[in-house]
Parts: sequence; C-alpha cells; structure tokens
Amino acid sequence: MQDFLDGLIEQGTFGHAPAQVVYAIGIVAVAAIVIFGFVLNVAGVTTFIERRVWARIQSRIGPNRVGPQGILQWLADGIKLLMKEEVIPAQADPRLFKLAPYVVTMGFVAAFVAIPFSSALVAADLNVGILYITAVTSLVVVGILMAGWASNNKWSLIGGIRAAAQIVSYEIPAALSIFPIVLITGTLSTQGIIRAQGWAPWSWFLFYNPFTFVAFWILFTALLAEGNRTPFDLPEAESELVAGFVTEYSGARYLFFFLVEWGNLYVISAVLVTLFLGGWQVPFALSDHPVVRNLLQFLTFFAKAYFGVILMMWIRATLPRIRVDQLMSTCWKYLVPIAFANFVGTAVWVAIWPNGNRPVWYLMTAGGFALLGYFFYRVGFHLRRSGAQLLLSPFS
Amino acid sequence: MATSFATYLRNIFDTAATVFEGMAVTCSHFVRRPSTVQYPDRTAVRVQDTLPFRYRGILEVDLEICTGCLACERACPIDCIVIDAPKDKQTRQMLLTRFDIDIAKCMYCGLCSEPCPTGAIHHTPEFEGADFSLESMVRRYVKEPVAAYKPKKVETDPVVAPILERGMRYLEEFASPDGGPTPAEPDEAESAA
Repeated sequence: MQDFLDGLIEQGTFGHAPAQVVYAIGIVAVAAIVIFGFVLNVAGVTTFIERRVWARIQSRIGPNRVGPQGILQWLADGIKLLMKEEVIPAQADPRLFKLAPYVVTMGFVAAFVAIPFSSALVAADLNVGILYITAVTSLVVVGILMAGWASNNKWSLIGGIRAAAQIVSYEIPAALSIFPIVLITGTLSTQGIIRAQGWAPWSWFLFYNPFTFVAFWILFTALLAEGNRTPFDLPEAESELVAGFVTEYSGARYLFFFLVEWGNLYVISAVLVTLFLGGWQVPFALSDHPVVRNLLQFLTFFAKAYFGVILMMWIRATLPRIRVDQLMSTCWKYLVPIAFANFVGTAVWVAIWPNGNRPVWYLMTAGGFALLGYFFYRVGFHLRRSGAQLLLSPFS
Repeated sequence: MATSFATYLRNIFDTAATVFEGMAVTCSHFVRRPSTVQYPDRTAVRVQDTLPFRYRGILEVDLEICTGCLACERACPIDCIVIDAPKDKQTRQMLLTRFDIDIAKCMYCGLCSEPCPTGAIHHTPEFEGADFSLESMVRRYVKEPVAAYKPKKVETDPVVAPILERGMRYLEEFASPDGGPTPAEPDEAESAA
C-alpha cells in the first residue's frame, strides 16, 4: 500500500502535497473502502446466511420474504436497529457505556489491516502481521468488559467477566498453535506465511505434519472461544444471562456489537485460512494478468474463508453450550498441554527436516481426504436411516 | 496414573468422535426437505380445505332453513347469539329481523348447532376471524327481514331442498348429542347401499 502511494507521489499525481498528508488520506480512504465495501456487507450478509443455515438444519426455511429469497433481510434489520431509540440506564456510567461498542468495533476492524485479500490486496503487509492480529483482536475483551461494567447490571457484569476470563484463557492455546507455523515459515507476516504454502492441499500447512493438523483444530477451538461463539458463548448465554454484556444496549450501539460478532466469524476464518489452508494461493498457470490473478486469488481466499464461516454456523447449530468449569478445564487441561506438545513436536520436526517432509505431507493429505470421505459416508448413513425427503436446492 | 492418562486420552477421543458424529447428523439435515408450512400465502392448498370434518370454525347460518325456534340462542352458554323473530300480525308468519353472532365472544363449543332442528346454524372450517374492532366481529346474518322456514314433510322447493339436505346431513354426522357416527361409518353405509 505504501509502495503504491510512493509510486504515485513520485509520478507527481498529488502535486506538491506533503507525503504525510497523502499517507493520512490514503489510510482513511483504505479504511473507508475496507469497512464500507467489505466488512459491513460481509457481516450483514453473514447474519442472513447464518439464519438460513440454522433454519435448514432445524428443518425450517428461515427468512425468505424481504427481497428475493430474503437476501435483503439484513438491511431491513440494520435499518430497524438504527431507527430505534437508544436507552441508557439511569444507573449506568454513560461515558463508558457509550464508548464500549466503539472499542469492541475498533479491535475487530483493526484486524483487517493485516488480513490479506490477495497477493497485492492487503492494507499493510506488516512484518509482525499475525502477532498484530492476535493483539488487536484481544482489544475486544476490553470493550466487552467495559460494556459489562458500565451497564451496572448483574447479567451484563457476569457476562463481561466471563468474556474476560474466557478470552484471556484461550489466547494461550491460540498463540501456541500459531507458533508451529511461525517455526516452519520463519516469518510473522501474513503474506509471507501464505507465500510459503502452495495452492494444492498437499502444500498447505494443515497437512504439513500431524502436529500442525492438531494445531489447526486447537486454533479453531480457541478462536471460537475468543469470538464468543457456541459452544463457548457463555458471555451472552441467553438462558442464563439474558444477553450478557449486551443486555442493556439498544439501537445503533447494539448493532455495533452484532456487527462485531458476525464480522468476527470472517476474521477467525481468515486467520485460519492464512495460517493453514493456503490463503489466496491459486495455481499460477491460470493467469498471468495481474488484475485477473488478484481477482482469482481474492475469490479463492474468500471462498475458503466463507467455508470456515459456514462451518462455524454449522457448529453453532450442532453443539450445546458448555459449562464454565468445562470451559476452563477444556482450555487448561487439554488445549494448552496439547498445543505445547505440538509446538515442541514441530520444533523437532523442523530441526530434522527444515524443508518439510514431503512423503508425510502427502500421507497426511491422503488421511485428511479419507477422513472427509468417511464423514460423508456417515452423512449418507444418517440420511438413509432417517428416510427423509431430500431437497438439494438451498432456495425455498 | 496410567488409568488416569488413559481416561485423558479417552476423553480427547470421545470429544473428537462425538463432535464428528454430531456434525454428520446436522450435515444430513442440510439436504432434507424443510417441513415449514408457509401459511397463509404460500401453501399448496388452502389450510381451511385440509381441516378435519368435525373442525369447529366460525359459525354460519343458512337463513333459508332457519325456523326461528331460538333453540341455539337458548343453548348458547355465553349468549353470543341474539335472534329477534316477531310474529307478523297480518300474515301470521314468523319474521326473522335479526340474527347476530358475536364471534368475539363465541368459544366454538358447538352447543348451538346440536339442538338446531334443520342444521341451519353450523360450523365452517373458516378460522381467520381477526378484525380491527370488536363491533365488526359481530356477524349479522339478517340483512333484511325474512320469513322463517316452516318444516314440511317433503321439501320440494329446488333452492331450499339442497340446503336442507346438507343441513340434515350435518346434523346427522356432526351435531347429534352422542357425537354422531365415527368417520369410518358413512363409507360403510354407502357401500352397503
């Protein structure tokens, strides 16, 4: 991004404007494009798709009245929330209460600085990219705690405290599962990690060795917990805490929390895709034209990331919420030790085979596909046993 | 120590295996046909037409065969039926000037349709009675005064005869005090005839 602006400045596109002003305008422009052009829409459409996915899993149809197939439902919901009155409880701390949604949103949107869209489309290819994403997404917990405390409500407070405990705990297995990839690639830059992988599944880090395969699932679990998603949605457990830290919020500020919750799904998936699933890598032979290539890369990355989003919706429709003590024992007794073992194992692996062990890589890929095949065999088994009528079309 | 480590591994395996199986079950639901009925505007047939025969919907009155006997008004436990049936001095005939049923009050008990001698008052499968005011929920069946029906041995009027036949069939099948024949019996009777 900076190179691009430097190039324009050298060509004299901006006349004699100082470089810093150009940079500042560039930052604002990029932020606006990313937020309004991508984040808002993805988060909004995700709410709609999530409702449709749940509905199908529960043998329902879901929203299908607003626009063709209900695709405009998210706009209708958003406009409704924006028009609503904002109520701030009399006993709440008004400043903190008003500030909290913006802190949460900031922590979430800031992650998009380092999330790549394609080989050229990235706001800033930071050399500490993945560390930066881990750090700024932790900022969300500050906002959540702020919201919980400022609401001056027992449910909000319990929700906020639970969120803090949960996110702080799960940061550790998450970070420990990122380390193996950093050991393999020797870089923290998101683009560098993607460049170290290939387009084919047998050159993804998911199948690099048994340790990274386990690390993928640990990171997935830990990021689910950090994103307050089922089965780790304790901070906003409806049956226990009304709505947790968002109990007292209404109107536009409530909308911000929802934007973060659903936008976070994409961030989580993007991190996983970057680290383990080959990112935007496409077979190079497909096209040499830079625009076409970047478009293909963007579509590849988006498709992979969105599959992850649908996987998370699917998990939410499948698994029940776990208890607080189970949440903690899962983290500290299982995820952290296993993540440590992964880390050490990968370190030894990299010391023995610095360039990776190709046969193991292929073997792991074959194993992965065998597991996928067995999964679909089980799906077919359940379909046959239920004898249910089929409807393959996602429309109704 | 050894057993506890085995339990530890067992827990990990169980978690992975059960989540795997659960995901397979929910994945199979992705391709199953939803069972939602999109009432009211996207149903294959009107819901009213799918209701069982003995469904007690909104009441209806066939004034052509109403004798003005007031049996339904007396039977109604909550007085939601109001009938005015004065006798015309000149023609010495009973005139029906008012037959109102307040469906806001009606509790669909069916007691009015049981004593009716001709089956004039009967339930329909209609149930969409929502309206914007209580007044408009009073169904007024008499638009202008009509003469009450006088029962005859054999009905010959081509207009009234089918209505009366339908009313009597209704009484037989639905509104007899013992609940009428079971749904299977009419078929048997038909086949016997």
